Amino acid sequence: MSAGTLAASTITTPSVAYHGLMPIFIVLGAALLGVLVEAVVPRRERFNTQVAVTILGLAGALVTVVLLRHTRLATPSPAGNDPSFAGSIAVDGVGLFLQGTILVLAVMATLLVAERTVDAGSPIVASAAVVVGSPTDRALARSKRVQTEVFPLLLFAVAGMMIFPVANNLLLMFVALEVLSLPLYLMAGMSRRKRLLSQEASLKYFLLGAFGSAFFLYGLALLYGYANSVDLAQIFAAQKSSGQSDVLLYLGLGLLLVGLLFKASLAPFHSWTPDVYTGSPTPVAAFMASCTKVAAFGALLRVLYVGFAGTATDWRPIIWAVAIASMVVGAVFGITQTDVKRVLAYSSIAHAGFILVAFVAVSKVSVSSVLFYLLTYGVTTLAAFGLVTLVRDADGEATHLSQWSGLARKSPVLAATMTILLLSMAGIPLTSGFIAKFYVFSAAWHTAGPLVVIALILSAVAAFYYLRIVVLMFFAEPPENAPTVSIPGATSTIALTLGVVVTVALGVFPQPVVDLATKAVSLVAR
Amino acid sequence: MHSYALVVLTLIPLVASIGVFLLKNEQGRLAKFISLFVSLVVLAYVVVLTVRFDTGATAPRFQYQGSWTWIKGFGVHFALGVDGIALVLVLMAVVLVPAVMLASWTSFDSRSGAEEEPTGRRRSVKNFFALMLLLEFFMIGVFVATDVFLFYVFFEAMLVPMYFIIGSFGGPRRQYAAMKFFLYSLVGGLLMLASVIGLYITTGSQTFAISDLIGKVPEGATQKWLFLGFFIAFAIKAPLVPFHTWLPDAGAEAPAGGAALLVGVLDKVGTFGFLRYCLPLFPQASTYFAPFILILSVIGILYAAFLAIGQRDMKRLVAYTSVAHFGFIGLGIFAFTTQGGTGAVLYMVNHGLSTGALFIVVGLLIARGKSRNVNDYGGAAKVTPILAGLFLLAGLSALALPGMSTFVSEFLVLVGTFTRHKGLAILATTGIVLAAIYVLYLYQRTFQGKLTEKVAKFRDANPREILAVAPLIAIIVFLGVYPKPLLDVINPAVRYTLHDVHQTDPAPKLGPLAGGNK
Repeated sequence: MSAGTLAASTITTPSVAYHGLMPIFIVLGAALLGVLVEAVVPRRERFNTQVAVTILGLAGALVTVVLLRHTRLATPSPAGNDPSFAGSIAVDGVGLFLQGTILVLAVMATLLVAERTVDAGSPIVASAAVVVGSPTDRALARSKRVQTEVFPLLLFAVAGMMIFPVANNLLLMFVALEVLSLPLYLMAGMSRRKRLLSQEASLKYFLLGAFGSAFFLYGLALLYGYANSVDLAQIFAAQKSSGQSDVLLYLGLGLLLVGLLFKASLAPFHSWTPDVYTGSPTPVAAFMASCTKVAAFGALLRVLYVGFAGTATDWRPIIWAVAIASMVVGAVFGITQTDVKRVLAYSSIAHAGFILVAFVAVSKVSVSSVLFYLLTYGVTTLAAFGLVTLVRDADGEATHLSQWSGLARKSPVLAATMTILLLSMAGIPLTSGFIAKFYVFSAAWHTAGPLVVIALILSAVAAFYYLRIVVLMFFAEPPENAPTVSIPGATSTIALTLGVVVTVALGVFPQPVVDLATKAVSLVAR
Repeated sequence: MHSYALVVLTLIPLVASIGVFLLKNEQGRLAKFISLFVSLVVLAYVVVLTVRFDTGATAPRFQYQGSWTWIKGFGVHFALGVDGIALVLVLMAVVLVPAVMLASWTSFDSRSGAEEEPTGRRRSVKNFFALMLLLEFFMIGVFVATDVFLFYVFFEAMLVPMYFIIGSFGGPRRQYAAMKFFLYSLVGGLLMLASVIGLYITTGSQTFAISDLIGKVPEGATQKWLFLGFFIAFAIKAPLVPFHTWLPDAGAEAPAGGAALLVGVLDKVGTFGFLRYCLPLFPQASTYFAPFILILSVIGILYAAFLAIGQRDMKRLVAYTSVAHFGFIGLGIFAFTTQGGTGAVLYMVNHGLSTGALFIVVGLLIARGKSRNVNDYGGAAKVTPILAGLFLLAGLSALALPGMSTFVSEFLVLVGTFTRHKGLAILATTGIVLAAIYVLYLYQRTFQGKLTEKVAKFRDANPREILAVAPLIAIIVFLGVYPKPLLDVINPAVRYTLHDVHQTDPAPKLGPLAGGNK
């Protein structure tokens, strides 16, 4: 630990189980390749090349995740007598399941970002640095020029997200947090339409995100002071033996949680969510709402279940409070919203609360139910955001609820698809959302019966705004200047079809994925 | 032995529904014929099942059973089976569906044909019929499921087609009514979900099969809480006062055909749930809460009847009469006597048929007058004698005139209640008088009196409309004279249920006059 140790002994390199890290390396490699493509490949072919590199990179990583499915290890192994970073990265069931989930969702998100037929060019602005409203900006808005840096940025974010839930070491977790956040801050500001709103979202996300990270770091420092280590297993062990004041431990955990809860958009650290989702380009919002949430909950799971499993009675009240707050905020405030993207944002806050309900029961079922919920929620939300991109008027996406009136008459397919997704979010049987809710709530019932009842009542409240959209689409008359429904291009069509099919399939035949999630319950410390 | 009989039964309407959805909007006529044909096939199929149902003393409780693993991780089975109660309710449902289809045959054909809103937009005919078939699938499923989880799935999913029937094909305030209907039911459903999960956890039996769960719920506070979750869901669905406020809105705004199925069948799931789930699973809690429920039932009978008398909106009126009738059913179930239970089940069937018929006839009248307001009518019997006759017969069956099957069931319920709770039975009996008032008062205001100019242009019921209503009335009259076949099917199932609640009929106290010769 001390500086002297390093100097005195011969330096032995730690032995790293590289094969366990392959998925992360492949994504990072693809990201770097994307940067090269940006520099080398001629503009005409750049877009297709970037899409291919991104999809292939993500798919390759997914394949390695599948190949690694039985691997359970923590790497690197200690180098000499310096154990500081030993077992920093866990390759275990939970980690691999979450990585797989993130990769699948990222592929879908990429397909949405790669959409080029709906808006001239792409949903991403051609040059994000141009001043809004300037002549150049107006010219760019009309041109078909596209910008492709978004793909490597997305890959870097994905790489960060993949490290985030497998980090057994808080310092590494912090690095992952930054790696995933920085590209997201940029991507939030890249909307082709409503650019000021987008830039505002980007700035807001960045400033608040920086605060969140600072809290995380502060908590990390306090925990180091308590346990003399940033390793989760050491922190766990220290809670039994440390002579340090418990104030350090609880303050540290509290501050750490602030950072994590912020990323998972849980109340009371949720206030950025509606603004950022609304301002960001919709495919990016879809990416943030699904992948970031999976990664953040993965990290939360690891911190609480590996580092603080022994003191569950102490942090359980916090989880109760945060879960109730999130569900109330998401369900009640969502009712008053008049913008589809804001509704989806509040829905994501409510769902974060539902997921958190399972955390109170520190058990195998609670872990597998969280894994299942994250997958189903991610797929459904991503597809819902994807559909939002299709409803357009002259100013781009028509997201005001009144503009969605009577949409079923214009496009029955879109309305029916959206209805399936919304019913899934409301937790109606025969959709994945119902199975996921059932799973999570049955995991929590024994430890927190009243919390489950509260959650169920609030999911009825949340159902109101999902149903309101259905009512508008099917039962209301269309407005005068009704928006048009664009026909999605091939890539979006694949993503949307996948989203709906998975939503229904996991509602009717959830067993294979339930099995997968059950088998994946293993958390490897060092 | 796994019987596929019920699987086939549920699949027929589901497959047909998908097929009809896939038709083009212009193929409305084809959609109608396919749907009617399929619903008649289903009816014939259920009749065969009923005839072959074993009612002997040694017959098993559930028949045509089949069970297949669905979600292994949760111990959920796709388990189907019917006892006498479920069977007669399925039969009632599948009788109503073709009748409703016939009655709604031209309702959505053209702008002018719509029940109300003559200038309203054109609605998709094939979607209406596809939704009807989808609803039939869920209605059958919810009665034949013998796995609590599967039941819950049907129970909740059933809301979706009804929501679209009300919302897409209903009256002027359809958005509000559809939303209210869905949210009320959803709140109840989610409370029930809490109980379903609780049931699963507390019994620790790793299964949702109803037969494995009976008698496993530990007595005490847990059982009471779990009971309340189920009870509130069913009380909203049924609906019992004070959970009834959604029904008048939904019943009034739904198209007449939809309303007939909503009140006739969907609401029966609530009372069916009392019998199938509340009583057997939570015997102690059922006994504990029975007095409250009985009092609520009686309040419902009287309160709803008074409200019905005061209504001017015909569909709301019929909806309120149903709330009153559900009070009778609740009374019969929670009196814990064989007569009461059997009467309640028979009441469910009769009420489905009679209220279904009444809604259909009211719908036919509204389609002519384009108004639900009673004051817009008067003297219609002079121009539409057949319609008036159908209306009167449906109405008389709703007020339980002797000779109609509704009388048999109402009598059984009151007798069954009287043996245990004399005061409540006497109070409930006054409900019959009120029923006579609201039915006859409605008939008098619409079909009797001075013929108005508008009403004079009405055309009488055509053969199709007669064909839709007459069979229902024929069944009501037949069962009123000879209810034995149905009672034979119902009785064993009711006895099983009462056995589950550890209740036996109170021994008759023989007075000096009656018991003298023994």
